[in-house]
Amino acid sequence: MSCDTLGAKLTGYLDRELDERAAGEVEAHLRQCVTCSAQLERERRLRAAVQAHLTPLRAPERLRSNVRAMIRTQVKRPQRRQTWLPTWAATAAALLLGVAGGWQLALQHAPGAIGSDLVTEVVAGHVRSLQGTHLTDIASSEHHTVKPWFAGKLDFSPPVPDFTTQGFPLTGGRLDYLGERQVAALVYRRRQHVINLFVWPSPDSNALPVAASRRGYHVVHGAADGMTYWAISDVNEAELSQFAQLVAADLSRNAPQP
Amino acid sequence: MDPSEAARFEEAVLPHLDAAYTLARHLLRNDHDAEDVVQDAYLRAIRHFGGYRGGNTRAWLLTIVRNTCYSWFRRHHLDARATEFDETVHRDFRRAEDPEEEMLRGALREALDQAIEGLPVEFREVLILRDVQGLSYGEIAEVVGIPVGTVMSRLSRARQRLQRALPVEDYRRN
Repeated sequence: MSCDTLGAKLTGYLDRELDERAAGEVEAHLRQCVTCSAQLERERRLRAAVQAHLTPLRAPERLRSNVRAMIRTQVKRPQRRQTWLPTWAATAAALLLGVAGGWQLALQHAPGAIGSDLVTEVVAGHVRSLQGTHLTDIASSEHHTVKPWFAGKLDFSPPVPDFTTQGFPLTGGRLDYLGERQVAALVYRRRQHVINLFVWPSPDSNALPVAASRRGYHVVHGAADGMTYWAISDVNEAELSQFAQLVAADLSRNAPQP
Repeated sequence: MDPSEAARFEEAVLPHLDAAYTLARHLLRNDHDAEDVVQDAYLRAIRHFGGYRGGNTRAWLLTIVRNTCYSWFRRHHLDARATEFDETVHRDFRRAEDPEEEMLRGALREALDQAIEGLPVEFREVLILRDVQGLSYGEIAEVVGIPVGTVMSRLSRARQRLQRALPVEDYRRN
Protein backbone atom coordinates (compact mmCIF):
# COMPACT_ATOMS: atom_id res chain seq x y z
CA MET A 1 0.00 0.00 0.00
CA SER A 2 1.37 3.40 -0.98
CA CYS A 3 0.78 6.78 0.66
CA ASP A 4 -1.65 7.69 -2.13
CA THR A 5 -3.80 4.61 -1.75
CA LEU A 6 -3.79 5.01 2.02
CA GLY A 7 -5.70 8.30 1.81
CA ALA A 8 -8.76 8.48 4.03
CA LYS A 9 -8.00 5.03 5.49
CA LEU A 10 -5.64 6.77 7.87
CA THR A 11 -8.67 8.56 9.33
CA GLY A 12 -10.65 5.33 9.52
CA TYR A 13 -7.65 3.65 11.19
CA LEU A 14 -7.36 6.44 13.75
CA ASP A 15 -11.07 6.19 14.54
CA ARG A 16 -10.87 2.36 14.76
CA GLU A 17 -13.50 2.09 12.06
CA LEU A 18 -11.56 -0.22 9.69
CA ASP A 19 -12.02 -3.95 9.54
CA GLU A 20 -9.11 -6.13 10.66
CA ARG A 21 -7.66 -6.69 7.19
CA ALA A 22 -7.67 -3.01 6.21
CA ALA A 23 -6.27 -2.01 9.60
CA GLY A 24 -3.46 -4.54 9.11
CA GLU A 25 -2.60 -3.03 5.74
CA VAL A 26 -2.47 0.48 7.22
CA GLU A 27 -0.24 -0.71 10.06
CA ALA A 28 2.13 -2.40 7.62
CA HIS A 29 2.43 0.85 5.69
CA LEU A 30 2.89 2.96 8.81
CA ARG A 31 5.81 0.78 9.92
CA GLN A 32 7.75 1.80 6.83
CA CYS A 33 6.48 5.36 6.21
CA VAL A 34 7.57 8.22 8.44
CA THR A 35 5.45 10.78 6.57
CA CYS A 36 2.18 8.92 7.11
CA SER A 37 3.07 8.14 10.73
CA ALA A 38 3.60 11.84 11.33
CA GLN A 39 0.33 12.65 9.59
CA LEU A 40 -1.49 10.13 11.78
CA GLU A 41 -0.02 11.80 14.86
CA ARG A 42 -1.09 15.27 13.64
CA GLU A 43 -4.59 14.07 12.99
CA ARG A 44 -4.72 12.41 16.40
CA ARG A 45 -3.77 15.71 18.06
CA LEU A 46 -6.25 17.68 16.03
CA ARG A 47 -9.00 15.21 16.90
CA ALA A 48 -8.08 15.47 20.59
CA ALA A 49 -8.20 19.27 20.39
CA VAL A 50 -11.61 19.24 18.71
CA GLN A 51 -13.00 16.77 21.21
CA ALA A 52 -11.56 18.68 24.15
CA HIS A 53 -12.79 22.09 23.08
CA LEU A 54 -16.06 21.37 21.37
CA THR A 55 -18.36 19.69 23.79
CA PRO A 56 -22.01 19.01 22.96
CA LEU A 57 -24.15 22.07 23.52
CA ARG A 58 -26.98 22.21 26.00
CA ALA A 59 -30.35 23.15 24.54
CA PRO A 60 -31.72 26.40 26.03
CA GLU A 61 -34.35 25.89 28.75
CA ARG A 62 -36.91 27.78 26.68
CA LEU A 63 -36.47 25.31 23.83
CA ARG A 64 -36.82 22.40 26.22
CA SER A 65 -40.06 23.70 27.68
CA ASN A 66 -41.42 24.58 24.23
CA VAL A 67 -40.77 21.06 22.99
CA ARG A 68 -42.41 19.61 26.12
CA ALA A 69 -45.43 21.88 25.57
CA MET A 70 -45.57 20.81 21.94
CA ILE A 71 -45.67 17.13 22.87
CA ARG A 72 -48.57 17.87 25.23
CA THR A 73 -50.52 19.82 22.60
CA GLN A 74 -50.11 16.96 20.13
CA VAL A 75 -51.85 14.59 22.51
CA LYS A 76 -55.44 14.11 21.52
CA ARG A 77 -57.50 15.07 24.49
CA PRO A 78 -59.94 12.41 25.62
CA GLN A 79 -62.81 14.95 25.88
CA ARG A 80 -62.44 15.61 22.17
CA ARG A 81 -64.24 12.36 21.53
CA GLN A 82 -67.09 13.46 23.74
CA THR A 83 -67.47 16.74 21.86
CA TRP A 84 -67.37 14.96 18.52
CA LEU A 85 -70.14 12.59 19.45
CA PRO A 86 -72.87 15.24 19.79
CA THR A 87 -71.67 16.85 16.56
CA TRP A 88 -72.09 13.62 14.67
CA ALA A 89 -75.34 12.90 16.46
CA ALA A 90 -76.56 16.34 15.44
CA THR A 91 -75.45 15.77 11.87
CA ALA A 92 -77.20 12.42 11.78
CA ALA A 93 -80.33 14.01 13.20
CA ALA A 94 -80.16 16.79 10.61
CA LEU A 95 -79.85 14.22 7.84
CA LEU A 96 -82.73 12.22 9.22
CA LEU A 97 -84.81 15.34 9.14
CA GLY A 98 -83.81 15.79 5.52
CA VAL A 99 -81.89 18.98 6.10
CA ALA A 100 -79.39 19.05 3.27
CA GLY A 101 -77.34 21.68 5.09
CA GLY A 102 -76.25 19.01 7.52
CA TRP A 103 -73.47 17.96 5.17
CA GLN A 104 -72.24 21.49 4.98
CA LEU A 105 -72.10 21.66 8.75
CA ALA A 106 -70.12 18.43 8.96
CA LEU A 107 -67.68 19.60 6.30
CA GLN A 108 -67.04 22.87 8.01
CA HIS A 109 -66.19 21.07 11.21
CA ALA A 110 -63.90 18.52 9.60
CA PRO A 111 -60.26 19.20 10.47
CA GLY A 112 -58.29 20.65 7.60
CA ALA A 113 -61.33 21.97 5.79
CA ILE A 114 -60.87 25.61 6.61
CA GLY A 115 -62.30 27.94 4.04
CA SER A 116 -59.51 28.38 1.54
CA ASP A 117 -60.73 31.82 0.43
CA LEU A 118 -60.44 33.08 3.95
CA VAL A 119 -56.95 31.57 4.33
CA THR A 120 -55.94 33.51 1.22
CA GLU A 121 -57.43 36.68 2.67
CA VAL A 122 -55.66 36.14 5.99
CA VAL A 123 -52.31 35.60 4.25
CA ALA A 124 -52.89 38.68 2.12
CA GLY A 125 -53.81 40.70 5.22
CA HIS A 126 -50.65 39.55 6.97
CA VAL A 127 -48.40 40.35 4.00
CA ARG A 128 -50.10 43.73 3.56
CA SER A 129 -49.45 44.58 7.21
CA LEU A 130 -45.74 43.86 6.81
CA GLN A 131 -45.37 46.05 3.73
CA GLY A 132 -45.03 49.75 4.23
CA THR A 133 -45.70 51.27 7.58
CA HIS A 134 -49.20 50.11 8.37
CA LEU A 135 -48.53 47.28 10.80
CA THR A 136 -50.34 49.01 13.64
CA ASP A 137 -52.83 51.86 14.01
CA ILE A 138 -52.16 51.90 17.71
CA ALA A 139 -48.66 50.92 18.76
CA SER A 140 -48.56 49.88 22.37
CA SER A 141 -47.50 46.93 24.44
CA GLU A 142 -50.21 47.75 27.01
CA HIS A 143 -53.43 45.86 26.49
CA HIS A 144 -55.10 48.54 28.66
CA THR A 145 -54.24 51.01 25.90
CA VAL A 146 -54.95 48.81 22.90
CA LYS A 147 -58.32 47.45 24.00
CA PRO A 148 -60.07 50.84 24.56
CA TRP A 149 -58.68 52.05 21.22
CA PHE A 150 -61.00 49.62 19.41
CA ALA A 151 -64.07 50.95 21.26
CA GLY A 152 -66.33 52.78 18.81
CA LYS A 153 -64.37 51.56 15.81
CA LEU A 154 -65.82 48.06 15.75
CA ASP A 155 -69.27 46.64 16.47
CA PHE A 156 -67.72 44.32 19.04
CA SER A 157 -65.11 44.51 21.76
CA PRO A 158 -62.19 42.27 20.88
CA PRO A 159 -60.23 40.46 23.57
CA VAL A 160 -56.69 41.83 23.83
CA PRO A 161 -54.75 39.22 25.76
CA ASP A 162 -51.25 39.87 26.98
CA PHE A 163 -48.78 37.02 26.49
CA THR A 164 -45.57 38.85 27.33
CA THR A 165 -44.66 36.39 30.06
CA GLN A 166 -45.12 33.50 27.63
CA GLY A 167 -42.74 35.16 25.18
CA PHE A 168 -45.30 36.70 22.81
CA PRO A 169 -45.29 40.43 23.61
CA LEU A 170 -48.13 42.56 22.26
CA THR A 171 -46.95 45.37 20.01
CA GLY A 172 -50.22 46.97 18.97
CA GLY A 173 -53.44 46.73 17.02
CA ARG A 174 -55.16 47.97 13.89
CA LEU A 175 -58.41 47.66 11.97
CA ASP A 176 -58.51 45.26 9.06
CA TYR A 177 -61.08 43.89 6.67
CA LEU A 178 -61.54 40.15 6.24
CA GLY A 179 -64.41 37.89 5.21
CA GLU A 180 -66.48 40.93 4.20
CA ARG A 181 -66.40 42.54 7.60
CA GLN A 182 -64.29 44.73 9.81
CA VAL A 183 -62.08 42.79 12.15
CA ALA A 184 -59.62 43.51 14.93
CA ALA A 185 -56.00 42.81 14.07
CA LEU A 186 -53.72 42.39 17.07
CA VAL A 187 -50.01 42.34 16.51
CA TYR A 188 -47.64 40.22 18.58
CA ARG A 189 -43.99 39.43 18.30
CA ARG A 190 -42.02 36.27 18.74
CA ARG A 191 -38.36 37.26 18.61
CA GLN A 192 -38.04 38.90 15.15
CA HIS A 193 -41.23 37.30 13.85
CA VAL A 194 -44.50 39.21 13.59
CA ILE A 195 -47.72 37.41 14.48
CA ASN A 196 -51.04 38.86 13.32
CA LEU A 197 -54.07 37.76 15.31
CA PHE A 198 -57.36 38.53 13.57
CA VAL A 199 -60.45 38.38 15.76
CA TRP A 200 -64.16 38.83 15.09
CA PRO A 201 -67.44 37.46 16.43
CA SER A 202 -68.60 34.21 14.92
CA PRO A 203 -71.59 31.91 15.31
CA ASP A 204 -69.28 28.97 16.10
CA SER A 205 -69.03 29.15 19.83
CA ASN A 206 -66.21 26.63 19.89
CA ALA A 207 -63.93 25.11 17.28
CA LEU A 208 -60.67 23.31 17.90
CA PRO A 209 -57.63 24.98 16.38
CA VAL A 210 -56.98 23.94 12.79
CA ALA A 211 -53.65 24.64 11.10
CA ALA A 212 -52.72 25.33 7.51
CA SER A 213 -49.67 26.55 5.63
CA ARG A 214 -49.63 28.82 2.66
CA ARG A 215 -46.67 30.40 0.89
CA GLY A 216 -44.36 29.82 3.81
CA TYR A 217 -46.75 31.21 6.41
CA HIS A 218 -48.39 29.16 9.08
CA VAL A 219 -52.02 29.84 9.89
CA VAL A 220 -53.96 28.56 12.87
CA HIS A 221 -57.67 29.10 13.14
CA GLY A 222 -60.17 28.33 15.87
CA ALA A 223 -63.10 29.72 17.78
CA ALA A 224 -63.93 30.14 21.44
CA ASP A 225 -66.44 32.12 23.40
CA GLY A 226 -68.26 33.28 20.27
CA MET A 227 -65.12 34.75 18.75
CA THR A 228 -63.32 33.35 15.76
CA TYR A 229 -59.58 33.91 15.64
CA TRP A 230 -56.91 33.52 12.98
CA ALA A 231 -53.24 33.60 13.90
CA ILE A 232 -50.67 33.89 11.13
CA SER A 233 -46.91 34.23 11.09
CA ASP A 234 -43.70 32.99 9.57
CA VAL A 235 -42.67 31.78 13.01
CA ASN A 236 -42.37 28.00 13.15
CA GLU A 237 -45.53 25.96 13.27
CA ALA A 238 -44.92 24.69 16.79
CA GLU A 239 -44.66 28.15 18.31
CA LEU A 240 -47.65 29.44 16.38
CA SER A 241 -49.72 26.53 17.61
CA GLN A 242 -48.52 27.29 21.14
CA PHE A 243 -49.65 30.87 20.61
CA ALA A 244 -53.06 29.70 19.34
CA GLN A 245 -53.46 27.52 22.42
CA LEU A 246 -52.84 30.57 24.60
CA VAL A 247 -55.44 32.56 22.64
CA ALA A 248 -58.01 29.77 22.90
CA ALA A 249 -57.35 29.37 26.61
CA ASP A 250 -57.66 33.12 27.18
CA LEU A 251 -60.94 33.36 25.27
CA SER A 252 -62.41 30.41 27.14
CA ARG A 253 -61.26 31.83 30.47
CA ASN A 254 -63.01 35.12 29.79
CA ALA A 255 -66.22 33.46 28.67
CA PRO A 256 -69.18 34.34 30.90
CA GLN A 257 -69.90 31.50 33.26
CA PRO A 258 -73.36 29.96 32.83
CA MET B 1 -50.88 10.80 19.18
CA ASP B 2 -52.52 9.22 22.20
CA PRO B 3 -51.27 9.88 25.75
CA SER B 4 -49.32 6.62 26.04
CA GLU B 5 -47.61 7.25 22.70
CA ALA B 6 -46.77 10.79 23.84
CA ALA B 7 -45.24 9.36 27.00
CA ARG B 8 -43.15 6.94 24.93
CA PHE B 9 -42.09 9.79 22.66
CA GLU B 10 -41.09 11.96 25.59
CA GLU B 11 -39.09 9.14 27.14
CA ALA B 12 -37.36 8.03 23.92
CA VAL B 13 -36.87 11.24 21.94
CA LEU B 14 -36.76 14.16 24.39
CA PRO B 15 -33.43 13.00 25.94
CA HIS B 16 -31.78 13.66 22.55
CA LEU B 17 -32.73 17.35 22.57
CA ASP B 18 -29.17 18.48 23.36
CA ALA B 19 -27.82 16.38 20.48
CA ALA B 20 -30.47 17.82 18.17
CA TYR B 21 -29.64 21.37 19.23
CA THR B 22 -25.89 20.80 18.92
CA LEU B 23 -26.24 19.59 15.33
CA ALA B 24 -28.67 22.35 14.32
CA ARG B 25 -26.58 25.05 15.96
CA HIS B 26 -23.44 23.93 14.13
CA LEU B 27 -25.20 23.58 10.78
CA LEU B 28 -27.08 26.90 10.97
CA ARG B 29 -24.48 28.84 12.99
CA ASN B 30 -27.16 30.86 14.76
CA ASP B 31 -28.92 30.27 18.12
CA HIS B 32 -32.38 31.52 17.15
CA ASP B 33 -32.51 29.65 13.85
CA ALA B 34 -31.30 26.51 15.61
CA GLU B 35 -34.14 26.78 18.15
CA ASP B 36 -36.72 27.28 15.38
CA VAL B 37 -35.42 24.36 13.39
CA VAL B 38 -35.20 22.00 16.37
CA GLN B 39 -38.83 22.76 17.25
CA ASP B 40 -39.91 22.09 13.68
CA ALA B 41 -37.85 18.91 13.70
CA TYR B 42 -39.57 17.70 16.88
CA LEU B 43 -42.94 18.43 15.33
CA ARG B 44 -41.95 16.32 12.33
CA ALA B 45 -40.65 13.64 14.67
CA ILE B 46 -43.96 13.57 16.57
CA ARG B 47 -45.85 13.15 13.31
CA HIS B 48 -43.61 10.35 12.10
CA PHE B 49 -43.32 8.64 15.46
CA GLY B 50 -46.29 6.40 14.67
CA GLY B 51 -44.36 4.88 11.77
CA TYR B 52 -41.07 4.67 13.66
CA ARG B 53 -40.17 1.05 14.31
CA GLY B 54 -37.52 1.59 16.94
CA GLY B 55 -33.77 1.20 16.59
CA ASN B 56 -31.27 4.00 17.03
CA THR B 57 -33.48 6.84 18.23
CA ARG B 58 -30.69 9.39 18.32
CA ALA B 59 -29.71 8.70 14.70
CA TRP B 60 -33.39 8.75 13.70
CA LEU B 61 -33.94 12.14 15.34
CA LEU B 62 -30.67 13.60 14.01
CA THR B 63 -31.71 12.55 10.49
CA ILE B 64 -34.89 14.59 10.90
CA VAL B 65 -32.97 17.53 12.38
CA ARG B 66 -30.51 17.47 9.49
CA ASN B 67 -33.31 17.32 6.89
CA THR B 68 -35.10 20.20 8.64
CA CYS B 69 -31.88 22.24 8.52
CA TYR B 70 -31.55 21.60 4.79
CA SER B 71 -35.20 22.60 4.26
CA TRP B 72 -34.39 25.76 6.16
CA PHE B 73 -31.45 26.45 3.83
CA ARG B 74 -33.71 25.96 0.80
CA ARG B 75 -36.49 28.11 2.26
CA HIS B 76 -34.04 30.94 2.89
CA HIS B 77 -32.50 30.42 -0.54
CA LEU B 78 -29.16 29.77 1.03
CA ASP B 79 -26.70 27.54 -0.65
CA ALA B 80 -25.51 25.46 2.27
CA ARG B 81 -22.19 24.93 0.53
CA ALA B 82 -21.56 28.56 -0.24
CA THR B 83 -19.54 29.22 2.89
CA GLU B 84 -15.90 28.45 2.50
CA PHE B 85 -13.21 28.95 5.06
CA ASP B 86 -11.63 32.34 4.69
CA GLU B 87 -8.01 32.21 5.73
CA THR B 88 -7.62 35.96 5.92
CA VAL B 89 -10.20 36.17 8.70
CA HIS B 90 -8.34 33.62 10.77
CA ARG B 91 -4.79 34.66 10.03
CA ASP B 92 -4.40 36.29 13.43
CA PHE B 93 -4.81 33.00 15.22
CA ARG B 94 -1.78 31.61 13.45
CA ARG B 95 0.27 34.27 15.16
CA ALA B 96 -1.37 33.87 18.55
CA GLU B 97 1.67 33.41 20.75
CA ASP B 98 0.33 34.29 24.15
CA PRO B 99 2.52 33.19 27.02
CA GLU B 100 -0.50 32.57 29.22
CA GLU B 101 -1.75 29.04 28.85
CA GLU B 102 -5.32 30.14 29.62
CA MET B 103 -5.24 32.76 26.89
CA LEU B 104 -3.87 30.20 24.52
CA ARG B 105 -6.64 27.77 25.30
CA GLY B 106 -9.21 30.50 24.76
CA ALA B 107 -7.61 31.49 21.47
CA LEU B 108 -7.46 27.89 20.36
CA ARG B 109 -11.10 27.34 21.17
CA GLU B 110 -12.03 30.44 19.22
CA ALA B 111 -9.80 29.46 16.32
CA LEU B 112 -11.33 25.98 16.29
CA ASP B 113 -14.87 27.37 16.41
CA GLN B 114 -14.16 29.68 13.51
CA ALA B 115 -12.34 27.08 11.47
CA ILE B 116 -15.21 24.64 11.93
CA GLU B 117 -17.79 27.30 11.09
CA GLY B 118 -15.82 27.96 7.93
CA LEU B 119 -16.00 24.36 6.76
CA PRO B 120 -18.44 23.62 3.94
CA VAL B 121 -21.54 22.10 5.49
CA GLU B 122 -21.00 18.59 4.10
CA PHE B 123 -17.65 18.43 5.91
CA ARG B 124 -18.91 20.25 8.98
CA GLU B 125 -21.78 17.86 9.57
CA VAL B 126 -19.66 14.70 9.55
CA LEU B 127 -17.06 16.33 11.80
CA ILE B 128 -19.67 17.46 14.33
CA LEU B 129 -21.48 14.13 14.25
CA ARG B 130 -18.22 12.25 14.80
CA ASP B 131 -15.98 14.37 17.00
CA VAL B 132 -18.57 16.31 19.01
CA GLN B 133 -21.48 13.88 19.11
CA GLY B 134 -19.48 10.65 18.97
CA LEU B 135 -21.51 8.81 16.32
CA SER B 136 -20.02 5.80 14.54
CA TYR B 137 -19.34 5.97 10.80
CA GLY B 138 -22.34 3.69 10.28
CA GLU B 139 -24.64 6.02 12.23
CA ILE B 140 -23.32 9.07 10.36
CA ALA B 141 -23.94 7.26 7.05
CA GLU B 142 -27.55 6.72 8.18
CA VAL B 143 -28.08 10.33 9.27
CA VAL B 144 -26.48 11.94 6.23
CA GLY B 145 -27.63 9.30 3.74
CA ILE B 146 -24.22 8.53 2.24
CA PRO B 147 -22.06 5.37 2.12
CA VAL B 148 -19.68 4.67 5.01
CA GLY B 149 -16.70 5.15 2.68
CA THR B 150 -17.89 8.66 1.89
CA VAL B 151 -18.24 9.41 5.61
CA MET B 152 -14.60 8.42 6.04
CA SER B 153 -13.31 10.49 3.12
CA ARG B 154 -15.32 13.57 4.11
CA LEU B 155 -14.15 13.31 7.71
CA SER B 156 -10.58 12.93 6.50
CA ARG B 157 -10.86 16.03 4.33
CA ALA B 158 -12.58 17.98 7.11
CA ARG B 159 -9.73 17.25 9.51
CA GLN B 160 -7.14 18.10 6.86
CA ARG B 161 -8.78 21.46 6.29
CA LEU B 162 -8.77 22.14 10.03
CA GLN B 163 -5.11 21.21 10.24
CA ARG B 164 -4.31 23.69 7.50
CA ALA B 165 -6.38 26.38 9.17
CA LEU B 166 -5.02 25.97 12.67
CA PRO B 167 -1.62 26.70 14.13
CA VAL B 168 -0.16 23.27 14.77
CA GLU B 169 1.98 24.59 17.63
CA ASP B 170 -1.19 25.49 19.48
CA TYR B 171 -3.08 22.26 19.51
CA ARG B 172 0.03 20.18 19.94
CA ARG B 173 0.16 21.21 23.59
CA ASN B 174 -3.35 20.15 24.34
